[in-house]
Amino acid sequence: MQYMLLAYTDPKGFAAMKPDDAQKAMAAYAAFGEALRKDGLLVSSNRLRPTADSTTVRIADGKTRVLNGPYAETKEELGGYFLIDVRDLDAALSWAARCPAASHGVVEVRPVWAM
Amino acid sequence: MDIGEGDGRARETAESVARRSYGKLVAFLAARTRDVAGAEDALSEAFASALAHWPANGVPDNPEAWLLTAARRKSIDTARKRRRGEDASDHMKLMADELASANDNEIPDDRLALMFTCAHPAIDAAIRAPLILQTVLGFDAATIASAFLVAPSSMSQRLVRAKTKIREAHIPFRVPERADLRERLDAVLEAIYAAYSEGWSDPAGADLRRRNLAEEAIWLGRLVVSLLPDEPEALGLIALMLHAEARREARRNALGDFVPLSEQDPSRWNTAMIEEAEQSLHRASTMHAIGRYQLEAAVQSAHAVRRLTGRTDWVAIERLYEALWNITQSPVVAINRAVAIAETMGATAGLSALDEFVTDSRLAGYQPYWATRAELLARAGNVSEADAAFERAIGLESDSAIRRFLQKRRANLA
Repeated sequence: MQYMLLAYTDPKGFAAMKPDDAQKAMAAYAAFGEALRKDGLLVSSNRLRPTADSTTVRIADGKTRVLNGPYAETKEELGGYFLIDVRDLDAALSWAARCPAASHGVVEVRPVWAM
Repeated sequence: MDIGEGDGRARETAESVARRSYGKLVAFLAARTRDVAGAEDALSEAFASALAHWPANGVPDNPEAWLLTAARRKSIDTARKRRRGEDASDHMKLMADELASANDNEIPDDRLALMFTCAHPAIDAAIRAPLILQTVLGFDAATIASAFLVAPSSMSQRLVRAKTKIREAHIPFRVPERADLRERLDAVLEAIYAAYSEGWSDPAGADLRRRNLAEEAIWLGRLVVSLLPDEPEALGLIALMLHAEARREARRNALGDFVPLSEQDPSRWNTAMIEEAEQSLHRASTMHAIGRYQLEAAVQSAHAVRRLTGRTDWVAIERLYEALWNITQSPVVAINRAVAIAETMGATAGLSALDEFVTDSRLAGYQPYWATRAELLARAGNVSEADAAFERAIGLESDSAIRRFLQKRRANLA
């Protein structure tokens, strides 16, 4: 069963860190991803650029509208994801709790739609 | 259709199996297919087909196994329709094997696992109790809706949504491991207690459905204790429910009027229930892990002691509410503690304990807060403020028997 762990964090918090702390924070994410990979549970993962680099596209009345910025402005934004393959929701939740984002943001656990 | 003797017996057997085994069969099927709604549908079709077959062919030797076989066939069909793609046939084979592996004479009891699924933290807390009532006890959405004062359509919608989430998010069917057990058990006990409370709030004793809900909640509490015999809080909850249930009849007099606990005739309390409650609480206390339900049951026990000594043990009650307050910080507990303080140290002391909560917005619309305030003010001789507090309490009460009781108290003020 695949679940997407969506890591929502406040990018300002990260930007305000001293380089040393920022490196530690990145290392924590790397260790989390590595632990998933070692257990053979990681399908894929990526860190996302901040929403300042985001662009949204919508077609209305046959016209393509391209807008600068994210779909929704929120304090905490989607900063990355881990797509994992585990037994059930409990297993997914226990991995979500280990994700560093759970400590300084929130992690949303979404089951992947089985086709 | 002509209902002959055979039909009658078939129906009776089907109904008695339904009563006894419904939750067990749903739990067995759902634990293997992860599909609660599908299990319920399969089972109701199995019951319908039993009613069609049994009158003609006789009631089978093992009706439970017959129903399970019929329901099993049906749920494999349903899952086949839902599943498509490459892994469908493998998955189907696995599921069919798993469903077939159970010995028909001994259907494994997965009801506890089912309750943990329904009370999973990923399920909306407000729907956990209704979900348990429906899946384990077979209550229909309309009955549950009326007990929880929710519109039937929105109740059934919320139940459907929760079952879809169980299936699609793969919420597991299992009793949690030791590390999580206590916390998860709390949610199960909370759901059972919520069901009991709904069944208890019927002072007129007129609503059979509610009373049934209370009995079923006690049955669920007993089930949890029988499956997890070493959990002190489960024992505490059963003790609490039995103590309350023991006083059900004494809550109203011959005219149907509400009688508060302090004025109840202890000879009308159910002794057998009180004794069972006391035994459960005693067993819980030997496990040395105090908790909310044990403390609340101990309060009830201190009230019940009046049947033996003629006096309520208010000193113990005050201490117990103090401990409960430390655990829960609940304003409802604070009100009860104030009542106990009024008994041990006088109405004025009780009132000042209550005054600490005068600004708590959660209590502004809470009838027992105003009724308690009114009683204590009256005892302290402050008639005009007592009158205002009674008025507020009466305005907030929805039960006519309690409203009448409060009105009588108010009229007696002067």
